[in-house]
Amino acid sequence: MNSPPTARELNLCLCHTCGQACDMLQEPTECDRCGAPLHRRKVQSLTRTWAYMLTALAFYVPANLLPVMNTTMLGSGADSTIMSGVLEFWQHGAWDIALIIFIASIAVPGIKFLSLGLLLVTVQRNSQWARKERSKLFRFIELIGYWSMLDVIVVALVAALVKFQALGTIEPRLGILFFGLVVVFTMLAAMSFDPRLIWENPHNEETSDELIQG
Amino acid sequence: MANQQQVICEHCDCVYEKVTLAKHQTALCVRCAGVLQRHNGLTVQQRLALTVTAAVLWTFANFYPVMSISLQGLKNSATLWDSVVALSLGPITFIALVAAISIIIAPVFQLLLLIWVLSFALAGRRSPAFKLCMRWLEALRPWSMLEVCLLGAMVAVFKLAGMLDVIPGTGLFALAALSLLLIRIAGRDVRDLWDTV
Repeated sequence: MNSPPTARELNLCLCHTCGQACDMLQEPTECDRCGAPLHRRKVQSLTRTWAYMLTALAFYVPANLLPVMNTTMLGSGADSTIMSGVLEFWQHGAWDIALIIFIASIAVPGIKFLSLGLLLVTVQRNSQWARKERSKLFRFIELIGYWSMLDVIVVALVAALVKFQALGTIEPRLGILFFGLVVVFTMLAAMSFDPRLIWENPHNEETSDELIQG
Repeated sequence: MANQQQVICEHCDCVYEKVTLAKHQTALCVRCAGVLQRHNGLTVQQRLALTVTAAVLWTFANFYPVMSISLQGLKNSATLWDSVVALSLGPITFIALVAAISIIIAPVFQLLLLIWVLSFALAGRRSPAFKLCMRWLEALRPWSMLEVCLLGAMVAVFKLAGMLDVIPGTGLFALAALSLLLIRIAGRDVRDLWDTV
């Protein structure tokens, strides 16, 4: 299959901010239309993606183990984690809500870690395998990434509402902080990954040099 | 120096000639199947009208309670701001900042910037600080999470409905309409302004 020329071959560069095709003949450092910095590839893409992703992975553990909120009803209090919230809905027969929370809070970050890990490893090994599918995978995790904020919003609203002193209160707990950090760092990881690296030609000396330099 | 006639695939770096698209048409990259161009169905005038509508909805969503609850005669209601404040108490203040940005601050800045650049675009002119505004619109987009907030509010309704009476408020309906509008008006096609003004 004949694929069109790449921007690198034509000495062009995409401006990520305004979408203009910038001419790189004079090696400009910023886009002449919007003034955003120009890079042929995202700077230090692999290193930064790894760093953000591992940070997120480290926060993922306390996010799931620590309680995200505390419910006190008539004097007796109970902590609940994300998973116990899901199980509670499940046991009460609300399997649809349980599924929504499970997907948004536990499955989405998990899928992001696995997918980004796969993309990073295959790019580093200059793999030619399933490039189109890997491109699609990246777009998919970019799309689903921020839905994990769901639980943060739920806890915030519930805690703001249930404030009846002796009768009952709900308070946020430390787990939700780690949870929010997981979302922020996985988003940063996806943003620093450069999907164009998937299509890099391994026989091109120049390309692999740049890859090593990051 | 720059080429206005070409479009580069952001996913795989392929270069194409720009095409004019008809309604509902989308140009896809032949190599990676990513979206290159999408038909922009909104004129400047329509987009500005929708943005002003969204701004009104934003004030409703923020100043009216999202929902109210009652428990044994006691009543309580919460706005979006109340829920951010609820997060800010204790050792987890940082997450309140993230929540505030994603459900209140980013959307309102998107709306203000859009009103600013579109009002001038309507007169066929570039607004002062046009470059800066357009760059901020790009930067804010991923952090604006109103649709997540909407789903979160609905989950919260179900979560509380088990133990007490929950009444969805004006804020929730405004939030629903606003989140849908924002997807339509603050999307990537705002970039077309670069070519038209």
